[in-house]
Amino acid sequence: MSVFFSFIKKESRHIIRDKRTLLILFGMPLIMIILFGYAIRNDIGNSKIVVVDEAHDPYSAQLIAEINASKYFEVSRIVGNEASLNHEFQQEKAAIAIIIPPDFSHRLLHLKTAQVRLVADASDPNTATILINYATAIVHQFQQRLFPSAAISLYIQPEIRMLYNPAMKSVYGFVPGVMTLILMLVSAMMTAITIVKEKETGTMEVLLASPLQPPLIVLGKITPYILLSFINALLILGFGILLFQVPMRGSWFLLLAECVLFTLTALSLGILISTTTSNQQTAMMLSLGGLLMPTVLLSGFIFPLKSMPVILQWFANVIPAKWFIIILKNIMIKGAGWHEVWAETGILSAMTVFFVIISIKKFKTRLS
Amino acid sequence: MIEVNNIRKTYGDTVALDAVTLSVGKGELFGLIGPDGAGKTSLFRILTTLLLPEGGSATVNHHDVVKDYKKIRKEAGYMPGNFSLYQDLSVEENLQFFASIFHTDIQTNFEIIRSIYEPLAPFKNRRAGALSGGMKQKLALCCSLIHNPPVLFLDEPTTGVDALSRQEFWETLHELKKKGVTILVSTPYMDEASLCDRIAMIQAGHLIGIGTPAEIISGFTKPLWSVSGMDIYRLLKDLQDFQQTDSCSLFGNNIHVTLKNGVADVSALKEYLLRKGHETASINPVAPVIEDCFIERMKE
Repeated sequence: MSVFFSFIKKESRHIIRDKRTLLILFGMPLIMIILFGYAIRNDIGNSKIVVVDEAHDPYSAQLIAEINASKYFEVSRIVGNEASLNHEFQQEKAAIAIIIPPDFSHRLLHLKTAQVRLVADASDPNTATILINYATAIVHQFQQRLFPSAAISLYIQPEIRMLYNPAMKSVYGFVPGVMTLILMLVSAMMTAITIVKEKETGTMEVLLASPLQPPLIVLGKITPYILLSFINALLILGFGILLFQVPMRGSWFLLLAECVLFTLTALSLGILISTTTSNQQTAMMLSLGGLLMPTVLLSGFIFPLKSMPVILQWFANVIPAKWFIIILKNIMIKGAGWHEVWAETGILSAMTVFFVIISIKKFKTRLS
Repeated sequence: MIEVNNIRKTYGDTVALDAVTLSVGKGELFGLIGPDGAGKTSLFRILTTLLLPEGGSATVNHHDVVKDYKKIRKEAGYMPGNFSLYQDLSVEENLQFFASIFHTDIQTNFEIIRSIYEPLAPFKNRRAGALSGGMKQKLALCCSLIHNPPVLFLDEPTTGVDALSRQEFWETLHELKKKGVTILVSTPYMDEASLCDRIAMIQAGHLIGIGTPAEIISGFTKPLWSVSGMDIYRLLKDLQDFQQTDSCSLFGNNIHVTLKNGVADVSALKEYLLRKGHETASINPVAPVIEDCFIERMKE
């Protein structure tokens, strides 16, 4: 036991004295959470809208005022005709345009039906769709106010409710994603590198030639990283909840227990990588390519899995991050309990056991 | 203390060790001499249970290197080729750590390392990475001795260390020998061979000679000449071209030469050198050293 303790002491010294590692361990999560929380978001607010007002009457002025009042739009220009529209889009002065025809109020008052045209920059299709939806909603509201429903004989008005995230804040999705990414990075990559480093510098040779049991060597090396990963998880949770008001609706105990489980999954992957390589650079490339890329791309963190080809959806099932993100979202945002996440937890546990068994089989008591 | 019997080891098509047999007695200072790539490190790794031999058997302190590897790991001291220390830990922290993995502490066996550790003591808080080569070597030796091993494996401990530190290091080894430690040490430096009780010369995985340094030197029976002169490289080239030359190799500022017909050829050599314009060249008989023996046996 005292051997184990002194091993941990030694490992902690390595971590504390290596400024670069420290920076990765604690700087990275901070930078990522702030980047994803503030900068990289797909919420849309105050988009520039160009209004082509060919009507110039009280009704069109009222509609323009309503658009400008909405938090989604900011009227950047009101022009008289649509000739210059193309130019506005190319110069990125507008993301969307609304064209109000000259006979707008005439048709409204006499024919009870008027048209406006919405033109959006679809070079970014997602944004264009969202903006068109917002604009349509504003036009509908305007119409409702002018003609209370009595005037229309049959009218079904859908009432939409966005469950769990009514404001559709993207940061709700990013906090679980960033947490997964960081835990993967710290736990898997750092452990792989730290074990391989001993091989590279030759100290592993001395450790192996000593009475230390090889599993103890690995355990001694990863224990400080379990603690560090856990601190990181708390850090990200704290930032998410305090800074970005991400809700925490489920049980803290369950959430933290799941974090520990995922840390172990990532660590076992790190050990597995370390058994297959003998230099730090390869270990890093393997971790980045084999773990980080799938975690970002195929876990549902950034790109929705449902819109991927079926083969990729199948492949996503073997990526631990996918299951952890589901668990996190369920617990934090939906307030799910053990009954709702036991299946995903079971899959993660099985994966961890599988990786540990392979690592133990592959870890050698000798050099080759 | 160490018995090696017909050990064989290959890496793919490369034969690292072929039928190596040697025996080191208790308390002996045994040197394994050979150039880089001769198989020294492979033999050390087999004896320290880090590699499995493909053929033959070996024991260390009566423990089999394959079956009883755990016992050997408890007892033996091992200092690998590149002074495997933790560069970011201080001198004292390194020593403490290596003591702890052998279930001991610095104080228990301090007596055995006292004299080696003394010059390091003022730097005990300095990081190992900031030490000089000689200091690192001393620290690595302390770390491998901290559990008071009956047998010590030192793989090229003097490579990359200055001449003075090398000399000190060998003095230290003689002190350890007096304390009863059996030492197997490897070195590519032939001049260190004479400091060992017995040596084995290894070349391309084969032992090409084994015995006390005196025995090995007395096995060199041919007359040997040391030729020196101006323009040593042209001299060497001309000596290689001389028909009666048996062997010639550069040896510091001189060239050691053996001739096919021994003493009979010396006057012919003198004439040849004069003809080639080496008026200032001198030819003197010289006593062979280990390196001469090594070169001689390498040819066989």
